[in-house]
Amino acid sequence: MARPSKEERKVSIMTKALELFSKEGFYQTTMPSIAEKIGMSVGNLYNYFASKETLAKELILYIANMLGEEIRRINESPLDTREKIVAIVHMYFKIAQERPETIEYFLRVYLSNREVFREGCEGMICVSAFVTELMIFFEEGGRSGELRDQDFFSAFGLFMGYLGGMVFLNGERILPNALESYEASIAENIYNALKAR
Amino acid sequence: MPSKPAKFQIVWLQGITCNGNTHSFLNDPLLGSLLDKVRFLYHPILPSQMSLRELVVKIPKSDLLIVEGAYRGDFERGGAVMEKLLPALAARAKNIVALGSCASFGGIFKEASPESISGIVYDKSEATGPLAAMREKVINLGGCPAHPEWLSFVIGMMLNKRKVALDELGRPKELYAYTVHNGCLRNDYFEWKVDSRSFGTKEGCLYYEQGCQGPFTHGSCNKILWNGVASKTRAGTPCFGCTEPTFPKTDLFRTKTYMSIPSEMPLGVPKRSYLALAGAAKSFHIKRLEERLIDDHS
Ligand code: SF4
Ligand code: SF4
Repeated sequence: MARPSKEERKVSIMTKALELFSKEGFYQTTMPSIAEKIGMSVGNLYNYFASKETLAKELILYIANMLGEEIRRINESPLDTREKIVAIVHMYFKIAQERPETIEYFLRVYLSNREVFREGCEGMICVSAFVTELMIFFEEGGRSGELRDQDFFSAFGLFMGYLGGMVFLNGERILPNALESYEASIAENIYNALKAR
Repeated sequence: MPSKPAKFQIVWLQGITCNGNTHSFLNDPLLGSLLDKVRFLYHPILPSQMSLRELVVKIPKSDLLIVEGAYRGDFERGGAVMEKLLPALAARAKNIVALGSCASFGGIFKEASPESISGIVYDKSEATGPLAAMREKVINLGGCPAHPEWLSFVIGMMLNKRKVALDELGRPKELYAYTVHNGCLRNDYFEWKVDSRSFGTKEGCLYYEQGCQGPFTHGSCNKILWNGVASKTRAGTPCFGCTEPTFPKTDLFRTKTYMSIPSEMPLGVPKRSYLALAGAAKSFHIKRLEERLIDDHS
């Protein structure tokens, strides 16, 4: 069997690390625990990532790019703004179900341990791909007159805060029903809150 | 005795105008030496050979016809309607300059009667004006007013029989290929998205809050300074894009935004890339750019 390339190794490290970080949190997860999970020596792990912080930053970049890519596809589709909201909610919840570690990481590691991301991930730098796509979504919705003109962050906070909150409640097993059963009404609420009157 | 070479003959015709370009031209520091080389057959203010009446009757040949002000067919000068006068003078001129935004694109006066008023070649950005057929002969010097050195540059090129490279709106590239943003001392602030807090200060960029049109406006205002010392953005006032066919814009001093995102991107920059860059730039706090440049109290 061919040996996995360095890139492939890196991806598999990131996948495992993502699971650990999102379950245990940033501080509980250590480089040795990651190495052990992969079945690799700690020394070798450091060949791929110089520090735990570097690894954490690469992970958030990876997740933001993935989410950005998904929203970009929706942005570039011929849907109107209302349908795009439905599509974004669906996409987000689907990822939360199928790859919960990505959203968990976003909420529990990136947003909760800002000090780790201060250098090299200042402000929105590491999540730029994701925020930029939402900017485009909101800008186009405002331009077409479908959404009420307002400050970007008020709209962004409403949208993402709601989605993040639901995923969080779901993760804590507080929601009585499955996440996807809320999709339609959540999309409706978001649209009603944002639409032009 | 060899005869003196004939002087370069200029006719300066005014359409509907506030005289702004005439006054601007009088501020040209090199006007004296220019006047040694050219002769005004007719100029509304400078000494000239003919009266307006004579100009209208004789329709002289000229090396250069300068038109200042907007065009309306039935507007009269010296008893002649522009509809007749302008094409007649234009046909007998070797070169033509539309001086200022009104003659170039219609400018402010067009606002009064958008249907009947236009520039001499362009009506805003459509080449449907009365001299559209001879547009190769016409150089547009948009600006409200045009900088005096822009005109003397063009005359100088003509005197030296040099060809002036023009952009797609007939403006000399040498003067209009840059944007006003280019050369603005506030570029540092633009780059890091630090906004000016008020008019008239040296700090901050005037784009985000004050609607500066510098990034969209072709002109050399920050390269060839006004009165040799200033420009709008240097003095702390946003550029309002007077060299463009879109001038005058309404709602000056405000950047149109959707969801607080500027509706227009700097020329040639795709929205997605701009937003990504801007978001990154905004993530930094650069002390140097957040302080007064010159602290009066220290
Ligand atoms: S003030 Fe205007 S011209 Fe100057 S940097 Fe800002 S946007 Fe550009
Ligand atoms: S800075 Fe802008 S508004 Fe001012 S003269 Fe130049 S082009 Fe016109």
